[in-house]
Amino acid sequence: MDVRLPLFVVTPIFGAIIILLVGKWDKKIFPRVWSIITMAFLLLLIFLTWNKGTLLHFMGGWEPPYGIVLVEDSLSLLILLIINVVGFLSIVFSYSYILRYEDYLRFFSMFLLMIAGMNGVAIAGDLFNLYVFLEIASIASYALVGYGVGPEELEASFKYLILGVLASTLILFGIAIIYAATGSVSMADVARFLINNPGNRAVLLASGFFLMGFSLKAGLVPFHAWLPDAHPAAPAPISAMLSGVLIKVLGIYAMIRVFYHVIGITPMVSQIFIGMGGLSMVVGALMGFGQDDMKRLFAFSSISQMGYVMIGIGLGTPLGIFGALFHLLNHAGYKSLLFLSSGAIERETRTRKLSELGGLREKMPVTSAASVVGSLSISGVPPFNGFWSKLIILLAAFQSRNFLVAGIVVFTAFLTLTYYLRFQKNAIFGSVSEKVKGAHEAPIPMVMPLVIFAIFCLLIGVFNHTIISGIIIPAGQILLDRAGYIMSVLGGV
Amino acid sequence: MDKHTGMTPIVKMITEVLCGLMLVFGAFIVLYGHITPGGGFPGGVMIALVYILITLAYGRVIVERKVSGIIASVVDDIGALIFWSVGMIGLFVGGSYLFNFLGKGSPFHILSAGTIIINNIAITLKVGMCLYAIFLALAILQRVVIDEPKEEEE
Repeated sequence: MDVRLPLFVVTPIFGAIIILLVGKWDKKIFPRVWSIITMAFLLLLIFLTWNKGTLLHFMGGWEPPYGIVLVEDSLSLLILLIINVVGFLSIVFSYSYILRYEDYLRFFSMFLLMIAGMNGVAIAGDLFNLYVFLEIASIASYALVGYGVGPEELEASFKYLILGVLASTLILFGIAIIYAATGSVSMADVARFLINNPGNRAVLLASGFFLMGFSLKAGLVPFHAWLPDAHPAAPAPISAMLSGVLIKVLGIYAMIRVFYHVIGITPMVSQIFIGMGGLSMVVGALMGFGQDDMKRLFAFSSISQMGYVMIGIGLGTPLGIFGALFHLLNHAGYKSLLFLSSGAIERETRTRKLSELGGLREKMPVTSAASVVGSLSISGVPPFNGFWSKLIILLAAFQSRNFLVAGIVVFTAFLTLTYYLRFQKNAIFGSVSEKVKGAHEAPIPMVMPLVIFAIFCLLIGVFNHTIISGIIIPAGQILLDRAGYIMSVLGGV
Repeated sequence: MDKHTGMTPIVKMITEVLCGLMLVFGAFIVLYGHITPGGGFPGGVMIALVYILITLAYGRVIVERKVSGIIASVVDDIGALIFWSVGMIGLFVGGSYLFNFLGKGSPFHILSAGTIIINNIAITLKVGMCLYAIFLALAILQRVVIDEPKEEEE
């Protein structure tokens, strides 16, 4: 029993409430400072619970399988690390970025609620709490996507709302079926029941609902319609959070947790994962080609990169899982970097169109250098981090003799490089365009997160062995060890 | 009281009679939530409905004199804060969030089940004022939508 676990959820919720309350008197400084303090505290919490094995917390003192249990194992730790590091840097970025909007209170309050929801998803030990936290994060994100309240933002937010609610409903149906079939919503208890009583066909239906629901949240290809609208419409720090964290936590993480630990992975589900992953990779990359809007290009690239993760998870081999989790971490880094840099560029030049940009490296050298690092990382150029995770996924595909998948992986890497070269050529290099002439380097709170992300991309790439053996392999081993998860939560109850 | 706003005298009269009863019933649902069906959420909805009913019958201006949007929002936050505090006291006293640190009392009496009654009241404040604030926000939005074309005509 660990007393620190609930703090991951209740600290940001407290921050969200207190910002709204104190914000009645101080609208400008307090929300920004308090949210930075909250995120710094969460980073400290991660540091305190780092590599302590599987930590449990029984809410209200009620033990599983009857009470609510919070679980932090290595996989949760990896996800918590992604959420809170990206969240912290996005909040720091928002310190200056938010000046263009009027209402600070609701932005930071919603932001912290979204963090609370995602932290909750990462440490939820039962299906229903997973759903509740997923809804908290989703509802906060619907509001944040429409934060600019222009026609484009509201349309994107509404579209996202409808599809997000559909996804949540499907997930809730799945949970209801699981509850009816097994009599429990505690993940470990359900898993134990399903191991002892195999062949329950209701679970197959629940799997279908979960697949659709989580794929909608993750924006995988047949379910991706909301993503290319929602990401560009949101303010830049929110785009970074949506693409860098939200689709991973609510979509991919929840999906792998449910399928690997609760329901148990079957060859059919693996094949669907690989199919959706391959489709997402190719379609996302091809759609990325024609985009003139910088943020829309990044959004399609997110779909494509999530495909890599799904392929790795679908292969199901240890190497595939490690590659997928490593790619999850890397993608959070460089995609947040790219979205934040697009925010800095948009703030200075008032445009997101690649055709109107050009020569940014002369006017905004640090931002340009950071976005070049980001685009080289995402294209898979060594020694940056994207290369290693793509290589591991490729090796995993070869190792499991899926040559078609390996071919798609290489082809998509090539496509990604092509359209990111186009982004660099049109925006960063070339002659200075009309709109870029008046641009200056963004203020320090906006540049600093970009530089830190760029350093992360380089360091993770160079010291990839340390990262893989320190974070990725323990997380992957947890994921592959279903019986170990049940034992560690229920403890022989 | 402004006689020219709101609905007909019949509706106003019935509202006047009903409001007190609804508030009492809402409070009953909240306070007995831990021993009978009910609790903070349904009770809070009923209390919010009282304010919404007054808004519909008498108009927004009258009800905002009693409870303005800002007060609703502050009470809403305070409700959430009370729930949070009860959970945190549990964390410090008993080592787990929402730990029941008060005595259990005797069953089927109003002072039983420890912290649940405090949490019910906190949820009532949160839900009741939140729904009322949402309703006020919608009413403001309606005013904006109706007013806008007039400005264009001018």
